[in-house]
Amino acid sequence: MTPDGAAPDRPRADRLWEVFVRSRRGMSHTHVGSLHAFDAASALLSARDLYTRRQEGVSIWVIPSAELTASSPDEKDSFFDPAADKPYRHPTFYEVPEGLAHL
Amino acid sequence: MDVTTDERDFDRLVSADERVEPRDWMPEGYRRTLIRQIAQHAHSEIIGMQPEGNWIARAPSLRRKAILIAKVQDEAGHGLYLYGAAETLGVERADLLELLHTGRQKYSAAFNYPTPTWADVAAIGWLGDGAAIMNQVPLTRCSYGPYARAMTRVCKEESFHQRQGFEAMAVLCAGTPAQKQMAQDALDRWWWPVLMLFGPSDEASAHSARSMAWGIKRFSNDELRQRFVDATVPQADHLGLRIPDPDLRLEADGHYRFTPVDWNEFADAISGNGPCSRERIAHRVDAHEDGAWVRAAAQAYADKHGDRAARGAAA
Ligand SMILES: [Fe+2]
Ligand SMILES: [Fe+2]
Repeated sequence: MTPDGAAPDRPRADRLWEVFVRSRRGMSHTHVGSLHAFDAASALLSARDLYTRRQEGVSIWVIPSAELTASSPDEKDSFFDPAADKPYRHPTFYEVPEGLAHL
Repeated sequence: MDVTTDERDFDRLVSADERVEPRDWMPEGYRRTLIRQIAQHAHSEIIGMQPEGNWIARAPSLRRKAILIAKVQDEAGHGLYLYGAAETLGVERADLLELLHTGRQKYSAAFNYPTPTWADVAAIGWLGDGAAIMNQVPLTRCSYGPYARAMTRVCKEESFHQRQGFEAMAVLCAGTPAQKQMAQDALDRWWWPVLMLFGPSDEASAHSARSMAWGIKRFSNDELRQRFVDATVPQADHLGLRIPDPDLRLEADGHYRFTPVDWNEFADAISGNGPCSRERIAHRVDAHEDGAWVRAAAQAYADKHGDRAARGAAA
């Protein structure tokens, strides 16, 4: 069933949006949850009322959930494997003589 | 039965106390249990707005009115966070609301009790939200990520709810004898319904053990109820109020013994025949139907302008 009787072939007015909030200047936007809205402007207003009632944010992004592309059907598959065998990308891989600074 | 790789991965996540995320494989029973629990939790938040909302226009001062509006608005927010968490499990909010409206999904029976005086509003905040905190803090470590995150957000807001209720109660208790009596009467009315909020006793709780094994629940209903009593009795003492349980007493182990909840007394309330059950659902359905024209207008606009309208690209 679609809410409020929209036929399946009609564009859906009521859509799910993902909400991202920048908690303060200098920080990235972080995903905080989702909400239902009819359009971008009303999604922003609802996001303000729902997720920043106590000054939790200075900026909000909203994006229709359906337009978000995610890496893989689950959170653990081979997509991230290439990074697993390259410890030399980390500074801890290297030996540093003791007592030397700025290295 | 063969244990699949998926099942092994799921079991490993849960036993390592890691979080399960929406697109991970999960057992059907786990998904169903979460949908039911999160939906009932969400329904309780929004139905719970009614007994208190009932007093917004009659709050005794502008200060109390502003506080109560903010509190009831928070409860609407809690409902929305929770419906959002439920939707990550593949259900639609509209369908969950339909189940609530048609009585096929439940909510906390405590909200089926009336709020005849201002002191009832104070008691709901002090006791009802106090109980909610006991229940919800462990849920911030629930094995399902979106539910746990919603609970973290909710718990940050609950502490103001409990304090404003306690403060309103304290003001009444410091007032005239009639005001103090009003506070006592409200405590007498709400004590047992609030103890009931923690759910059936452990022996009678069918799904409890499985929910614990899945990391959905961290403590049993009886453990949480005990914690609540231990925390609340000293607060009642401070207010100079009497807990309506003649057998309540402090034991040497530092815990209070109390009379077990009489579940027969609440059978009606739980099965949807509480004093205000019909009224609560009717009010909820009316509110939903009152919004139908807004949804229809938005749909008509979307029909005309398609995705462009929804994205706001025309602006
Ligand atoms: Fe709440
Ligand atoms: Fe609350």
